[in-house]
Amino acid sequence: MKEAVFEITENRPLTENVFRMVLSGKEAETLRPGQFVNIRLDGLYLRRPISVCDAEGDRLTLIYKVVGKGTDLMSKMTGGRLSLLVGLGNGYDHEKSGGSPLLIGGGVGVPPLYMLAKELKRSGKDVGVVLGFSTKSEVFYEDEFRALGCSVTVATADGSYGKKGFVTDALPEKYSYVYTCGPEPMLRAVYAKITTSGQFSFEERMGCGFGACMGCSCKTVTGYKRICRDGPVLEKEEILWQTQG
Amino acid sequence: MADTRVNLCGIELSNPIIPASGTFGYGYEFAELYDINVLGSFSFKGTTREPRFGNPTPRIAETPSGMLNAVGLQNPGVEKVISEELPRMSRVFHKKVMANVSGFSVDDYVYTASRLSECEQVGWIELNISCPNVHGGGMSFGTDPKSASEVTAAVRRAVRKPLIVKLTPNVGDIAEMALACESAGADGISLINTLLGMRIDLRKRRPLLKNTTGGLSGPAVFPVALRMVYQTAKAVKIPVVGMGGVASAEDVIEMMLAGATAVEVGAENLVNPYACRDIVEALPGAMEKYGINKLTDIIGGAL
Repeated sequence: MKEAVFEITENRPLTENVFRMVLSGKEAETLRPGQFVNIRLDGLYLRRPISVCDAEGDRLTLIYKVVGKGTDLMSKMTGGRLSLLVGLGNGYDHEKSGGSPLLIGGGVGVPPLYMLAKELKRSGKDVGVVLGFSTKSEVFYEDEFRALGCSVTVATADGSYGKKGFVTDALPEKYSYVYTCGPEPMLRAVYAKITTSGQFSFEERMGCGFGACMGCSCKTVTGYKRICRDGPVLEKEEILWQTQG
Repeated sequence: MADTRVNLCGIELSNPIIPASGTFGYGYEFAELYDINVLGSFSFKGTTREPRFGNPTPRIAETPSGMLNAVGLQNPGVEKVISEELPRMSRVFHKKVMANVSGFSVDDYVYTASRLSECEQVGWIELNISCPNVHGGGMSFGTDPKSASEVTAAVRRAVRKPLIVKLTPNVGDIAEMALACESAGADGISLINTLLGMRIDLRKRRPLLKNTTGGLSGPAVFPVALRMVYQTAKAVKIPVVGMGGVASAEDVIEMMLAGATAVEVGAENLVNPYACRDIVEALPGAMEKYGINKLTDIIGGAL
């Protein structure tokens, strides 16, 4: 973990409320798939954690959905510099993938899978991708995953595009391992449906994002873990689902 | 040369900066970023007798110029702190640490404090009778002078290290609380813990924190903290450790003028992990700007 200053080079909408921000900074090359950055924004106290969509050379790509004050502020930025804490989170372990890994993403859970797909393709894997959205107008990055050479299936809950249903209705028959990220109900459904092992990326409200405040702790089979530091990626076998209150 | 040394209950600190309990973990994450030995000391994550997971999430919420937390004293319990965390801490921090202790009964406090006070590394016990995020303990001891006095006296009898009692701002008369602890044998008072607050999620129409309420910290609370440090320092003769929204060397000087002998830095560590190092580095310059040669000269200067 370290603090680094990045320059905004691009910030534009991909859908009505999902934006892509491209930043330039030399620390980008140190980032791994499944990690996140924690962004300081003027006028807000806590930093905002956003997953890394892609990092190559000095170019960092973030994709975020406008859900509150922080992301709303981000969506209006046209340039300037941002203080980021980088190198946060454990990230996905791509070595466990086997020959034909399956990547399952839902909504804004899709972005962190992009850099992972890129890395897996580079090491010659046969990468399957299932992307789930609620409706056609919310679909993004289908073409980008295809351009990497992945076989992509899109599912929409209302059937307005691709397969009708949830990601779990669109799983292929064979795959060697699963990497997934998305809202918790989706993660639970994926957990129940998949026939292999896998890695799940979780989201939680964070204080610091680097393990100091214990704000985002969860219980796992192997003890208490901090989503920000010991996660956000957990192995399927260590997940303990909390009963919904 | 600016003299930043202070003496807290018989132990000399190279400077008055102490990261506050719960915002600095056991120091490891920060030790990756800078040599944490530049700090006066640090107050490590609050310890209880038994291991605790704490409250369900969400435990954190944003507020104007601050944050709410309802972590609920997550920690591995005193035995694991002694067998695992203290030895690990000694590798990254070579000075005396402050052991923040919480409990649910007088007996809990006595047990945990005396176990920790036996450890060589521990310089002070910081008795946390002010956590707003647990039920049936913590703050309930810190809102009634009689209970505060009782737990302070019991721990005083059981430990030989300096005993600093950490107070909650969620009381009517802070001086009365501080005096009760002083009479019961406290060697120092630290304050403020967080102010009880809450936020509501507009979409869900439910409290944002799973615990409903949480403790407010950050720059938003600084003036309240300063006022309470001032009132406490006026009332007691023992040293006062000031905290609450401190984010700069100027804030440190202000706290000391209000009567603080040392200053804890909390929430700021979470948004700027270099905050304490930055403050330590900025302190001599700020002292020069305000004509201060020796930091101890200004303690209580505004009283």
